[in-house]
Amino acid sequence: MRLIREFEEHCLEKALTGTIVGGIHPYIGQEAVAVGVSAHLRTDDVITSTHRGHGHVLAKGADPKRALAELYGASTGLNRGRGGSMHAADVGLGIYGANGIVGAGAPIAVGAAWAARRAGHDDRVAVAFFGDGALSQGVVLEAFNMAALWSLPVLFVCENNGYATSLPVDRGLAGDPVRRAAGFGLTAAAVDGMDVEAVAEAAGRAVAACRAGAGPHFLECATYRFHGHHTVEHLMGTKYRDDDEVAGARARDPLTRQRARLAPEAADAVDAEIAALIAEAEAFASSSPGSDPRDALDYLYAGTVPARPGA
Amino acid sequence: MPSLSYVAAVNRALRDEMARDERVCVLGEDVSQGITGLTKGLADVYGTGRVVDMPLSEQAFTSLATGAAIAGQRPVVEFQIPSLLYLVFEQIANQAHKFSLMTGGQASVPVTYLFPGSGSRSGMAGQHSDHPYSLLAHVGIKTAVPATPSDAYGLLLSAIREPDPVAVFAPTLLMGASEEIDDGDLEAVPLGSARVCREGTDVTVVAVGHLVPIALQVAAALAGEASIEVIDPRTVYPVDWETLGKSITRTGRLVVIDDSNRMCGFGSEIAATAVEEFGLTVPPVRLSRPDGAVIPYALNLDHALLPDAGGLVGAIRAVLR
Repeated sequence: MRLIREFEEHCLEKALTGTIVGGIHPYIGQEAVAVGVSAHLRTDDVITSTHRGHGHVLAKGADPKRALAELYGASTGLNRGRGGSMHAADVGLGIYGANGIVGAGAPIAVGAAWAARRAGHDDRVAVAFFGDGALSQGVVLEAFNMAALWSLPVLFVCENNGYATSLPVDRGLAGDPVRRAAGFGLTAAAVDGMDVEAVAEAAGRAVAACRAGAGPHFLECATYRFHGHHTVEHLMGTKYRDDDEVAGARARDPLTRQRARLAPEAADAVDAEIAALIAEAEAFASSSPGSDPRDALDYLYAGTVPARPGA
Repeated sequence: MPSLSYVAAVNRALRDEMARDERVCVLGEDVSQGITGLTKGLADVYGTGRVVDMPLSEQAFTSLATGAAIAGQRPVVEFQIPSLLYLVFEQIANQAHKFSLMTGGQASVPVTYLFPGSGSRSGMAGQHSDHPYSLLAHVGIKTAVPATPSDAYGLLLSAIREPDPVAVFAPTLLMGASEEIDDGDLEAVPLGSARVCREGTDVTVVAVGHLVPIALQVAAALAGEASIEVIDPRTVYPVDWETLGKSITRTGRLVVIDDSNRMCGFGSEIAATAVEEFGLTVPPVRLSRPDGAVIPYALNLDHALLPDAGGLVGAIRAVLR
């Protein structure tokens, strides 16, 4: 969690000062979800992520140096500077990418789980992370149906941070997420998404059940993002949450709560280790070369297509 | 010589590729029953674990194929009608197609999208009569529109073997077509390779899909008037500019006939490139559906909007004047 938090604080600064072009969707406040779930995942498990993907990508094991380099548009980045914040991926680590379309990763995760079963890897799990806003996307509900129909090992993790961009969840979502998922035949539960131990316990049960062939699971994690949906909100001065609400969430900061459970020396040691990692990532990313503009369409196809220039 | 139908050729391609490559699977609605004919009997051979009937969830199963492809499978997704493309454009254009570039080449998405029954189906009205291959060409999806049974076989084989997403349109008016050919002569047809269907020296006619046999009939009928070269691009993306360019440069005259809407359609691209690069001696003529056409139900209205043999005769005579 400390790695994600520090990485994101660093990115926030770099996004607001323009080093990171395009801005970011900060995950700060939601770290307990990515960490609690990913604690139970193996390298050969698959995840699909959201706009707000840094936490998931790092928790699944991506190199923070290359993750930061990606945001800097460097050729050393996870995606060679072609993906940026919203598409960060490390396919070799089972990270099928953050995604710029809400809910779009859910059926891709179902496909990965289906493929794993076809290939005989019955204990491989796919996790689809998405926000509360994605519960209004038909494709997510279609994905629930298909995963349940075929009893696939998919864990759907709904990070309910209370807002679909600026729309409060109670103005965008009818009914209850857990009951909605249960209606499709998923084993569904809710958990405090601001408590990493609670998430880890619930996710551990769900992942183990998926591996054992018990079919898809759904976990609603009640969480909160401390910052805006996207860094452009800082620049626009957008405000749709009152200060007391944000302060109340910050009082439940998952990092503070977890720190209280650790010996002070152990927590300090983690802080020092992470500070060094971030410094190393910054040095790596800021000194990495960019790409040649003539190569802007490299990787468009795996096979060859002689594309004609536009001008 | 034995006769091979278009439907049987597609079916045979699927059967052969499934036999050759364990990773190839077929996903779609009613595929175990083979309602369109293309997948008929495959489930009996390969089982419903590999020929998988999908719920009516086109968006989810299109992206399911994406996830499965990234994870190592080679899915062929059959859509029951081509207009379903509008429903799954997000999943094809914005997800599958972009994955390779966005990830910096970490992985690609080898999915084949099969669109049987494309084009007017005589009386199927507004939502079942489109032929939307130009949309995919515009986006950059590799897209084939086979005009013969052997091309249907060969292009589908190449599509399945391709590491990128590929769409294959099987036009309605060809589904009943047959060709005299030995099974042993069937082979893969490379994407991006046009076929010169008839050689000629006075005018080049570029025709797509079910309009290829119509162009050949017209060329034969006008043989006394002019020597007409008929070219089938076979894939509308990528386009075999070399073969087209050689022909058009030699004849100096071009008529392109395709079943797209006129605005931003495939024919527009061929005409524009010919004007820019191929040294036309007279302006090219495009035959297509009208701008923004929606096919009406009444048969005479349906047919009134489609490019046809009569129009092609007039266009050829116009560029010859």
